[in-house]
Amino acid sequence: MSPKKCYENPPHGVDPSTLAGALIVIEGSDSSGRSTQVRFLSEWLEQKGYAVTQTGLTRSQLVGNAITAAKQGNILSPRTMSLFYATDFYDQMENVIIPSLRAGYIVLADRYFYTLMARDLVRGANPDWVESLYSMALVPDAVYFIMASSKNLVERTLSAHNSLDYWESGMDIGISRDWYESFVRYQKALRAEYNNLQKKYGFEMIDANRSINSVQRILRTRIESVLENLYASV
Amino acid sequence: MADNTIPGTLVAVEGLDGSGKSTQIHLLHQWLLGLRCKVFFSEWNSSAIVKGATRKGKKKQLLTPTTFSLIHATDFADRYERQISPMLKAGYIVLCDRYSFTAYARDGVRGCDPVWLRKLYGFAKDPDVTLYFRVPLETALGRILDGRTNLKYFEAGMDLGLSSDIYESFRLFQQMVMEHYDKLAEEFHFVIIDATRPIPVQQETIRSIISKKIDLAAYTQRLMR
Repeated sequence: MSPKKCYENPPHGVDPSTLAGALIVIEGSDSSGRSTQVRFLSEWLEQKGYAVTQTGLTRSQLVGNAITAAKQGNILSPRTMSLFYATDFYDQMENVIIPSLRAGYIVLADRYFYTLMARDLVRGANPDWVESLYSMALVPDAVYFIMASSKNLVERTLSAHNSLDYWESGMDIGISRDWYESFVRYQKALRAEYNNLQKKYGFEMIDANRSINSVQRILRTRIESVLENLYASV
Repeated sequence: MADNTIPGTLVAVEGLDGSGKSTQIHLLHQWLLGLRCKVFFSEWNSSAIVKGATRKGKKKQLLTPTTFSLIHATDFADRYERQISPMLKAGYIVLCDRYSFTAYARDGVRGCDPVWLRKLYGFAKDPDVTLYFRVPLETALGRILDGRTNLKYFEAGMDLGLSSDIYESFRLFQQMVMEHYDKLAEEFHFVIIDATRPIPVQQETIRSIISKKIDLAAYTQRLMR
């Protein structure tokens, strides 16, 4: 079992080498079906006898509500938003992910800091600044990126909500006054950032332009082999 | 980051709790207003939007050194991008009661990586003048503890587990913060003010420093109100 580590120095008081369990991250755009996949994976893992903790973004007790409130008003600068999200991320990491791993759980993360990074980069953040901001993050045991075309995403969003979300359409950036146009161009820009991040952080891309079940089958096969390796030496 | 194209001037004050820096920056502010200078004042940990989350985190003791640091950086970024930076671009003198150095000192004591901290605040311009109000530890402690009966958990550095006695913890914490400040004073060329001197004497020194560093006539408002 390879010891856990952080990308650079760990946060104060954290010794990643003492952690067990597995951190598995599912990344993907809004409406890519990601959350459904996480739910199915969680059930499946528990059936197999693994204890599972689910985590995600904007769920922290600390700033989760403040972020939601700030998004309603759209009054924060992009940097303030990034820092709010970073606070939320580390709060989850230190108070949920790390204690769960220490107890030997499998942590299924419905998104990780890669999403936050991509959003910041699309909004013009300095890449070195963002990279340093998240440099204390734990390196996951596996990252799967569920990737859908922007045409597919727009269809799924519309059929689920009958409207496009302000933030998911990147309306704050002012790409276009037309929401559809803005959505498509914003998702494309995000996709380009994810591709860069994929090269840097090495996540596995999974094509979401297929049925939910077939995406789930691919995920299970890959996660099974990750877990076999992790527990092989035990 | 030095940027000579920005017309404004940034003045920061730093020092321990009880060093008297807030009193002095208030008097400096009043004097500049009296001279009809374009001046703006901003205080550490005061952004209306971020404050709620900070208060909650502190009250419930949810904060780790990392999230403590990030939430203060969030507050700073909000004030910096919406007020401090635009004011500097518009040619104001901006007075800051505490700046990034407060984070370097306090978060440094809490164990945050100094390099990480400096990158975190890397978007902010270095002050043109940083006044460091230096007092002996006992003086600062006396000023805080005399008028107050209760110290707050994070203020006293209780999260560091230095002592289970809140007063002893505060004392040890302030001592460590002071050691950090003394190192920062060299690294960032602080102007050291002897904060044991009488209030008006300190203020006279500060006004003289500011008049020498800043061409105050250039900041005078041309339009009569």
